[in-house]
Amino acid sequence: MSDCIIRVKDLTKSFGDKVVLKNINLEVKKGEFVTILGPSGCGKTTLLRLIAGFHVADEGVIEMNGQDLTGMPPHKRALNTVFQRYALFPHLDVFNNVAFGLKLKNVPKEEIEKRVRKVLKMVCMTDYEDRDVNSLSGGQQQRIAIARALINQPEVLLLDEPLAALDLKMRKDMQIELKEMHQKLGITFIYVTHDQEEALTLSDTIVVMNEGVIQQIGSPIDIYNEPQNSFVADFIGESNILNATMIKDHRVSFINKEFDCVDEGFGENVPVDVVVRPEDIHIQDDKSKAVFFGKVTSCIFKGVHYEMLVTTNEGFELLVQDYRYYPVDSEIGMSIRPEDIQVMKKERICNTFEGTMVSANEVEMLDGARFTCNDTGLSAGTKVKVEVDFDKIDMLDDKDAGATSAQVTAILYKGDHYHLTISTYEGDKLYVDTQDVWDKNDIVGVAIKPEDLRVIKAE
Amino acid sequence: MIKKMLAQAYIWLLLIILYAPIIIIAIFSFTNSKVLGNWTGFSTDLYVNLFTGGVNNSLIRAIQSTLFIAVVAATISTFLGTVAAIGITKWHGTKKKIITFLNDIPMLNPDIITGISLFILFVAVGLSQGYTTVILSHIAFCTPYVVLSVMPRLTQMNPNIYEAALDLGATPWQAFRKVLIPELKGGMVSGWILSLTLSIDDFAVTLFTKGNEGLETLSTYIYADARKGGLTPELRALMTIIFVTVLVLLIIINIRANKAAKKN
Amino acid sequence: MRRSNWAIPYFIFLLLFVLLPLVMVAIYAFQDNSGAFTFDQFVKFANEPESINTFTYSLEIAMITTVLCLLLGYPAAWILSNKELNKSSVAIILFILPMWINMLIRTLATVALFDFARLPLGEGALIFGMVYNFLPFMIYPIYNTMQKMDHSYVEAAQDLGATPLQVFRKVTLPLSMPGVGSGVLMVFMPTISTFAISELLTMNKVKLFGTTIQENINNGLWNYGSCLALIMLVIIGVSQMFVSQDDLDSDEKGGLI
Repeated sequence: MSDCIIRVKDLTKSFGDKVVLKNINLEVKKGEFVTILGPSGCGKTTLLRLIAGFHVADEGVIEMNGQDLTGMPPHKRALNTVFQRYALFPHLDVFNNVAFGLKLKNVPKEEIEKRVRKVLKMVCMTDYEDRDVNSLSGGQQQRIAIARALINQPEVLLLDEPLAALDLKMRKDMQIELKEMHQKLGITFIYVTHDQEEALTLSDTIVVMNEGVIQQIGSPIDIYNEPQNSFVADFIGESNILNATMIKDHRVSFINKEFDCVDEGFGENVPVDVVVRPEDIHIQDDKSKAVFFGKVTSCIFKGVHYEMLVTTNEGFELLVQDYRYYPVDSEIGMSIRPEDIQVMKKERICNTFEGTMVSANEVEMLDGARFTCNDTGLSAGTKVKVEVDFDKIDMLDDKDAGATSAQVTAILYKGDHYHLTISTYEGDKLYVDTQDVWDKNDIVGVAIKPEDLRVIKAE
Repeated sequence: MIKKMLAQAYIWLLLIILYAPIIIIAIFSFTNSKVLGNWTGFSTDLYVNLFTGGVNNSLIRAIQSTLFIAVVAATISTFLGTVAAIGITKWHGTKKKIITFLNDIPMLNPDIITGISLFILFVAVGLSQGYTTVILSHIAFCTPYVVLSVMPRLTQMNPNIYEAALDLGATPWQAFRKVLIPELKGGMVSGWILSLTLSIDDFAVTLFTKGNEGLETLSTYIYADARKGGLTPELRALMTIIFVTVLVLLIIINIRANKAAKKN
Repeated sequence: MRRSNWAIPYFIFLLLFVLLPLVMVAIYAFQDNSGAFTFDQFVKFANEPESINTFTYSLEIAMITTVLCLLLGYPAAWILSNKELNKSSVAIILFILPMWINMLIRTLATVALFDFARLPLGEGALIFGMVYNFLPFMIYPIYNTMQKMDHSYVEAAQDLGATPLQVFRKVTLPLSMPGVGSGVLMVFMPTISTFAISELLTMNKVKLFGTTIQENINNGLWNYGSCLALIMLVIIGVSQMFVSQDDLDSDEKGGLI
């Protein structure tokens, strides 16, 4: 592929024993605006810094125009970075900051002046040459940082959350300017952000990352309309994520109702997740067109639309957006169009842990904690696989009360229950369905009843 | 890799040079030869002499005076500096500039100037020199450091908590004791320890303000002794003790600082 | 009582025991024995070759010491603050530690070292002793500035095409200048004003300006001593003007606590 400018192959990076990036594969086309999107700590900045050359990968390669960049120091790479909080040199004025790269290359003085003026004009900072960088506002510093990177005419511009330090209004303006600049210059932008709206506005391609793994790569429209898993659905925009069963092709059941859908190929009677965007749940004033009914429990005006929480007659809570106002307690009928139902394969249908039998009815797993199980007849030391259903794990307020303890790392509301991800100290993950409300970062005790452990001898 | 080894070698070479004198003294504090560098077998005589030898009564007295002056000066400085810091945060404009400038002077002035200027003052007003003048002088150069270590805590503190205490019915004195002091305790302790070490360390200011009535601190004692020619062997033991004490104190301070850093 | 009044006792204390003494030194410097206004003390200083010589010699020694400390200390501070070259914090603590030990004791330790090595005391010993005494005061502020320096400046320079040497010359060095400033001041100030160190390290063979001032005061020549002290104060004031206030604030005494 000739139009691929950056290619990342099987990239892995750890800091100490913490794995930050796992098996990253990514291709960036020439001239593309690619956004790497994810929550803080997902590894997106690390990926950018690996491309820039500030970190060295443990495994894998990064290629630029087909050339392996491994071992090439940052100052030799034909790409430039706009840093988080800009990193403008405080001892140099605007002119010398922008001219920094050219001066290193011993470009003749007249040409430097010409090019600095040109690039400053492009970022609308003409006449600021002699200013002290500390006297500039955040937005102005931002422009200088961009100018400083662009003057070297890089093939690829890396931007590390460049707008994070700006206020909302300024951020919106700069988004438009960045987009225009990208179109005008025709160079490749790789942009890192945690702001999903920014990503949707700016990008040709979005790379959604979580916990060091790429979750989905696609156009903003694909990512929004067809999220590939519940993380992407939850992270991008507002959404209702619900447990569902694929009855057969084009037919899915959730919230105790059956719906037509456009998805196929999942098999028959397979548990899946569905995503329905709140704006895709239509309130039908003509009750005969409604498929399901419910009662409005809260209604908040959001400027353009009203955002309502609706409890269906079957007891599921849904987020619904509509331009019309329905007061609290009003009974409404609703429908969903087949093409607005996004069916996703479930990543897992139960917890699976690896463990070792300590005795016939005791298994050691999850940071060496011991769990009692029904008599398995297996001898001590046997390696086993243990399966536990999501709703069979008890979370206890007292972190020392259970067999082990874990911290809540992710919370997903699924209409009638919460689906939590909790991690043990050593990073093993448990997935729990619960009615109880927990907060992120709560530390809880974990207990499982003996009869709920399905112990299978490992191969 | 070679670069790193060279860098480490440089650092440790400097440290060896820096510590060589101290280590030599420490080693030769365990032999009782008159001349340094002459090893006459292991002995703890110097340490025993230091505290029991009749000739060294004056040394014991000097240590006592040093500690007495340091504790009194550090305590008064801490109180004066804390109260002042609380007030200074309420000052603004020129007034604030003046007081911070005055507060900076003792820190930026060389000891000899501070000593001479105070000496001239005490002589001019006819104050007889002794404990009082030394302690007053030590308060003068210690308090600025207390102010500096308490100030940051005051600026970080929620400015409304004092008002909140008053609002809930505390008298100003109660609000000071029950709300401000607990908030400022860390800075006050740091300021007190800093004052203590500065006071114990001081030589020049004490020399000019101690008068001629026989008051000696450790520093002035050592100075007088060294000027008489050479080192009294017992001083080797004393220096070793001081060095170890400072080392231990510093380790404690560092552990404390690390703990505090972790808390945040 | 309003809280702004709480600073008043200390303000009065500062006026009495910090400002007033300095004003008195200034007044004494312009008086003769009888208390009349005169420039005689300054004239005496200018016409006495011994005083002038001691003065220039002190300046010379102070400058040599400062330059030596800078040459030895800057690389050390750079290495200590560089995470690739030095990971442990033990070394920097070991450099700070001597700052907390009585200067006289450190000086006597140097005397002991020279005794031990059978080296003669004198000018060489004086300069060695001064560098030995004040090197930590040079290293610490420079280390501190470099430590606080945002690493992204270095990365930005690399990103813009600077080689390691260029990164140092164009970014690290200029950004560490505030630390160099306060380091120079913290070494220069005590070296120009010291008197005990020179006495002990040279067996009174070499006389510094500080010693002259002390002797004059001790001998009851307060007016002349004040005049000399005032001259020193002016020199220190001038040298302080080169360093901005902000850099000095927390660097004074190791900033350990």
